[in-house]
Amino acid sequence: MSELLKVPTMAEFMAEGKQPEVLFWVGCAGSFDDRAKKITKAFVKLLNKAKVEFAVLGTEESCTGDPAKRAGNEFLFQMQAVTNIEVLNAYEVKKIVTACPHCFNTIKNEYPELGGNYEVMHHTQFLKTLLDDGRLTVEGGEFKGKRITFHDPCYLGRANNVYEAPRDLIKKLEAELVEMKNCKRTGLCCGAGGAQMFKEPEKGNKDVNVERTEQALEVQPEIIAAGCPFCNTMMTDGVKAKDKEAEVPVMDIAELIANAQDL
Amino acid sequence: MAYLPNIIFVILLGIGVGFFVKNVKKLTRNIKLGHDVDVSDNKSQRWKNMAMIALGQSKMVRRPIAGFLHIVVYLGFIIINIEVLEIIIDGIFGTHRIGLSVLPEPVYGFLIGAFEVLAILVLISVIIFWIRRNIIKLARFWKSEMTSWPKNDGNFILYFEMVLMTLFLVMNATDTHFQSINTCNIISQHIAPWFNGLSENALHAVERTAWWLHIMGILVFLNYLYFSKHLHILLAFPNTYFGKLKPKGQLDNLEAVTKEVKMMMDPNVDPFAAPAEGAENAMPAKFGASDVKDLNWVQLLNAYTCTECGRCTSECPANQTGKKLSPRKIMMDTRDRLEEVGKNIDANKGEFKEDGKQLLDNYITREELWACTSCNACVEACPVSIDPLSIIMDMRRYLVMEQSAAPVELNNMMSNIENNGAPWPYNQMDRLNWKNE
Repeated sequence: MSELLKVPTMAEFMAEGKQPEVLFWVGCAGSFDDRAKKITKAFVKLLNKAKVEFAVLGTEESCTGDPAKRAGNEFLFQMQAVTNIEVLNAYEVKKIVTACPHCFNTIKNEYPELGGNYEVMHHTQFLKTLLDDGRLTVEGGEFKGKRITFHDPCYLGRANNVYEAPRDLIKKLEAELVEMKNCKRTGLCCGAGGAQMFKEPEKGNKDVNVERTEQALEVQPEIIAAGCPFCNTMMTDGVKAKDKEAEVPVMDIAELIANAQDL
Repeated sequence: MAYLPNIIFVILLGIGVGFFVKNVKKLTRNIKLGHDVDVSDNKSQRWKNMAMIALGQSKMVRRPIAGFLHIVVYLGFIIINIEVLEIIIDGIFGTHRIGLSVLPEPVYGFLIGAFEVLAILVLISVIIFWIRRNIIKLARFWKSEMTSWPKNDGNFILYFEMVLMTLFLVMNATDTHFQSINTCNIISQHIAPWFNGLSENALHAVERTAWWLHIMGILVFLNYLYFSKHLHILLAFPNTYFGKLKPKGQLDNLEAVTKEVKMMMDPNVDPFAAPAEGAENAMPAKFGASDVKDLNWVQLLNAYTCTECGRCTSECPANQTGKKLSPRKIMMDTRDRLEEVGKNIDANKGEFKEDGKQLLDNYITREELWACTSCNACVEACPVSIDPLSIIMDMRRYLVMEQSAAPVELNNMMSNIENNGAPWPYNQMDRLNWKNE
């Protein structure tokens, strides 16, 4: 399959004197984390299917600086930001799509003041426009009638008020969308944000991801849908901690749509 | 001697208002200890937020029971205070129910009738609030930061309101003239019979006592505000006006850092050049915040506005899973430390004398700060637009940029980003390898 993936880089577009429709910002998780790489590939398959002229930065991409900033290291964040902005502006990038809500939030909200002004979309928003414009069609396929619950990523939901795009996509799968008791603006964090992903949690009586997974399992879903590579890891670990990994997979929205199309 | 009550009234009113003005001045002085922040943008959106969130209570009703009861008490408090206007005029000029002589009887009756209905509704709501706190013991009122003063404060306010509402109704019930008019004394007519056995003089004495206690109670309550979480009845308005307008996920970019980074990236900069005139003053004394004076004044206003309802803490993922972090405690600590700094300034002739304490460690521990997931649940939950996350972030900045005191795993993460552009130790040259895997 993978040899069929078309993943052009900005440098290649530049060499041909062309501009892509959109830059796909893969992000560190999407580039290096084994689980997240599957999400990246699923999204690329959809982009290929919809014949979207996209490009990636490839080896010219670097961490947005989000975890550094949230850990308190403003210097490192701004160094990363300014470097990335230089690359993006050199390629005259106008529009960016990313499958990581942390990259999404940082580039969309924190880069403009530092000289980086782009239209930034989360991949669920982008996929929704592809469907709305008829460039991509989706039928329920294997997910028709399945109970799916969606875990809101904090940096997509509360941080940027995007609640509907991922839900609209689940509905397009003709699946049964079930909401957890904490959802949308009261959605409970998976426990990874604010650089927590990279450290051990403080002493407490439970891990946040286990608490959130319990909320998800309460509504007896067949699938837990996520829209963030970090949430995905946390929820997958939570489901494992509950010995449910065989029954309840944690899947990104892009994977659901790609799988529904047998991509 | 006939004017003695008027004179006493004016003196007490003067003292009550005078102290209040003094407290407000202290409050503004303390808030201004924070550094400046530009919140002059987007005025129309800010007025709208204030109208919706503070005046319209739009975020209170997200929890329907508490929200509904709160609206009753809030409306009751504002509307019944129209009656205070009459009390003040009566008190100064020695009149009795001046409203009756300037307003048509049915209008006056309607007004007082409405106040009476609201008073009884407020009384009932306040009793339910008390039950929620003390009998049902809602978890958010019994967290570890809600002991001693914060716990008592919550109850004192409820007792105050119970007493004030009762006095208002008793005052009306024992006013024989008012009862004889018998228009819209909807509630007090049922209380009047309780005093049936009393002589006219005794009845008058009860009425006068209730009247005096009611207005004195209001003046005392006014001056209690400064020491209490109840300050929110005033500060909710400016606080919602100055609240964050940007997307919740957007943290501010430190300007001083931007300048340094731009210099580092600019190949034309001479690193050995003497700093421009005034440039050294332009650099902040420190990055991030370790004490209240390192915060901005909106954050300090936030601290005084907090009414310790605990909605933030009850939504906080760290707190829910037993970690020490409580966003409410962050706000309470900030206010307590700010008060301490303010008292220090008062005691030292307007100059702050180093007291060897600070907000970090003496009030807020590092363990609390590092437990935050920056999920914004606390910010979303606050009914009056307080942003505890911004204080947590500013304090993390101090820990990392001034003290290099991040947890060791975070230092690893950061050196990975520095060295290879990812939080994990992967080579940047391998970033596109997934394509061929």
